[in-house]
Amino acid sequence: MKTKILFPLFIIFFLLLFFVFYRGLNYTNIYTPKVNPNENIPLFNVKIFRTNQEVSSKEIFKGDNYFLLNIWSSWCVPCKDEHHFLVKLKNNKKIELVGLNYKDKENNAKKFLDELSNPYKKILSDLDGTIAIEWGAYGVPESFLIYKNKIIKKIIGPINEDLFLEIERLVR
Amino acid sequence: MKIKNLIILIIYFFGINLSYANDKNLNSKITKNLRCLICQGQSVHDSDSEFANSLKIVVKNKIEEGKSEKEIYEYLKMKYGDWILYDTQLNQKTYILWLLPLLLFLVGGAIIFKNLKMKKN
Repeated sequence: MKTKILFPLFIIFFLLLFFVFYRGLNYTNIYTPKVNPNENIPLFNVKIFRTNQEVSSKEIFKGDNYFLLNIWSSWCVPCKDEHHFLVKLKNNKKIELVGLNYKDKENNAKKFLDELSNPYKKILSDLDGTIAIEWGAYGVPESFLIYKNKIIKKIIGPINEDLFLEIERLVR
Repeated sequence: MKIKNLIILIIYFFGINLSYANDKNLNSKITKNLRCLICQGQSVHDSDSEFANSLKIVVKNKIEEGKSEKEIYEYLKMKYGDWILYDTQLNQKTYILWLLPLLLFLVGGAIIFKNLKMKKN
């Protein structure tokens, strides 16, 4: 009597296990931190690129403009790919581009901008990568669309055609 | 011979304990509990990626500022979410994870207890 119940129970148990693991295999385990919409920008002081002057984040993102903070580096290959989109965005009067130069050598960064043209209105310097952590970023490139001191969109990885159009649409 | 082996074994484990004792400082304790988001599966302490190195600096700065371990975790959780911590904290999303083993233990214990009682009878 007992074995009669046990056997189907075993079958059900293993089927369940099979199902769970089968489903689990299809999940990608790469985690990307999610952003809460309309999160406030972090508060910090940062050095301006190639100067010793420090400014606060509040001052940088002051005003009614849209801002696009772009974390980039001269050693980052995907940054080169997205650069022409940034140059195109520079022509949009409603948006102001702010670059955060991530763990870079100043001379290399300057060379990079001389070669590919400089889309940024302001460039900030993040030599040890701690400012990027304030933004919750973990790599380059990453971009943040900011409006009235709030992050309205976060882009992990390079800007592509679709994302470029989306930014233009959001800024309109 | 057997006693010799036993002594070697005891010394071996004692040695490991000593090295743990040296590793007690707060910085490594915290960075060992942080997951590197670039090289997932490795802790920030073990990783040498750009992200992990920056995070080590941030943790060091926060400790120097006098922040407690918990405050540092809260700060990083705000930036990156719960997933950055290896040691998952008890909250609304994780209570099943924490309570299920306890529940299974209680149910299992109850079954064993019942069986033992039936056998006695």
